[in-house]
Amino acid sequence: MEQEKIAWLQNKAREIRTHIIRMTAAAGSGHPGGSLSAADIVTALYFHLMRLDPQRPSWPDRDRFILSKGHAAPLLYAALAERGFFPVEELLTLRKLGSRLQGHPDMKSLPGVEISTGSLGQGLSAGNGMALAARLDGRDYRVFVLLGDGEIQEGMVWEAAMAAAHYRLDNVTAFLDYNGLQIDGPVTEVMSVEPVAEKWVAFGWDVQVIDGHDMVQIIQAVEVARQVRGRPQMIVARTVKGKGVSFMENQVNWHGAAPRPEEAERALAELAAQAGLAPN
Amino acid sequence: MKKIATREAYGEALVELGRENPDVVVLDADLAKSTKTIDFGKHFPHRFFDMGVAEQNMLGTAAGLAAAGKIPFCSTFAVFAPGRAFDQLRNSIAYPRLNVKICASHAGITVGEDGASHQSVEDIALVRAVPHMTIFVPADAVETRKAVQAAAKIKGPVYIRLGRAAVPVLHAEDFLFEPGKALVMRQGNDATIIATGIMVAEALTAAEELAKEGVSVRVLNVHTIKPLDVEEIVRAAKETRAIVTAEEHNIIGGLGSAVAETVCEHCPVPVHRVGIPDVFGESGTPDQLMEKYGLKAEHLIAAVRKVWELKK
Repeated sequence: MEQEKIAWLQNKAREIRTHIIRMTAAAGSGHPGGSLSAADIVTALYFHLMRLDPQRPSWPDRDRFILSKGHAAPLLYAALAERGFFPVEELLTLRKLGSRLQGHPDMKSLPGVEISTGSLGQGLSAGNGMALAARLDGRDYRVFVLLGDGEIQEGMVWEAAMAAAHYRLDNVTAFLDYNGLQIDGPVTEVMSVEPVAEKWVAFGWDVQVIDGHDMVQIIQAVEVARQVRGRPQMIVARTVKGKGVSFMENQVNWHGAAPRPEEAERALAELAAQAGLAPN
Repeated sequence: MKKIATREAYGEALVELGRENPDVVVLDADLAKSTKTIDFGKHFPHRFFDMGVAEQNMLGTAAGLAAAGKIPFCSTFAVFAPGRAFDQLRNSIAYPRLNVKICASHAGITVGEDGASHQSVEDIALVRAVPHMTIFVPADAVETRKAVQAAAKIKGPVYIRLGRAAVPVLHAEDFLFEPGKALVMRQGNDATIIATGIMVAEALTAAEELAKEGVSVRVLNVHTIKPLDVEEIVRAAKETRAIVTAEEHNIIGGLGSAVAETVCEHCPVPVHRVGIPDVFGESGTPDQLMEKYGLKAEHLIAAVRKVWELKK
């Protein structure tokens, strides 16, 4: 993959992060921490890896992305808007009365949202359903699902993990946004999910562990996943909650708190300073 | 009178539907022999998905199938869906108005010997309170087949409540099933029994008995709990001035509640709710349990006498 494209994607992720800060600041609430941690993954998907046509959000052959950790809605909305599914200006209506940008994604209100999420643990099941439909219809689209690390404490996730392997859904590729923090504290202290890679292996999945902020690793992992036959694939992405904004990084308090105006300004200045500085 | 369990009719209706519509898919949670979805599985193995003992994942998977254009019918016992998988019904299916049909068998106490853990007394209440839901509670085998056909035509989530025990066939094959329209099964002017599901047969028996005493009882069959046929219920209230409701469900939150709310708002008259009196069931034969929990025709007769007195 050429350096130039990687740099472009890194810069796009930076723009997405900028939107996340602006949106949550304007809303006065929302979830910046887990939106920032998964920004590189979602950017790689929407701007390089997925087969999409923003002009035809219901195109039957499109790849699907499911934000199972629905509270990272600002991230999804920023990616959709930047990709052309709806006007970028609309991003600042997040969480406001009458907005299509609901606090958690609503598939009925916003084009590009594949399934409504918010109650944790349900996205992988829906992804499996879409993958089964693809098989029935003879379509070759892929379903990408983004799970949170706290989210996989939900039992339903493991019901879905079992089913995806049982039905040999090799058209399902999941990411775990493993930022290590959940609302009540570090995942290891609240309810450890370790050994996490081994769990998915034991459930019959192909598993890769990557740095979820390394654009090259993200893209390569998906390319590897595409070659897997007969098994769903899990990409465990080590990430940093709040990534890209120094005072938000690894701080649990930024899970579900919006930046105040002066904090947003600082964050935006930091992100602006990162333009063109992303290591290639 | 011929007796068939509504779950039996459901199994047959699914196979028929599967032949007509290639988009129909069926999911079960390790109860395919009990819910009767197994027949569909035999006819259309590639469109049948056993999800194992995992009801939450079953409903979530159905949501994804529906989002991709399929018409999933999901079956398990009513205690497990809506019961165990309530949040999946709410958030993954009802909120986005996805085209998923949840067809729960073994509802109510006529589950029998399995006891309270398996006897759903609250499923109608749960589903009724969820926006976007349509609820059918068929009274017999014919109604079940028509409800399944109707559900497939509705673009949105539907809950169909089915029973384990064999119940009398009340309808001719050619009767008209209209979603949301209550059926006047018997005309009468002194009181109305508004019944749903297997209680319609008991209501008809009660009306027959009361007729012998010269009490003219109307019997309304509310096969659609939601949307409720407000017009027909208010008409019954206005014309007969006394109402008894009959359901194999907790008297809280089901048909009785729905009717009482409607009558209070539009035409207050005495209403007496016959149903499971806010208790869990227990092991026993369906017939013994219907007797013990006050769901037989004799209990409806006593209730009609009560409202008849109140109305005077």
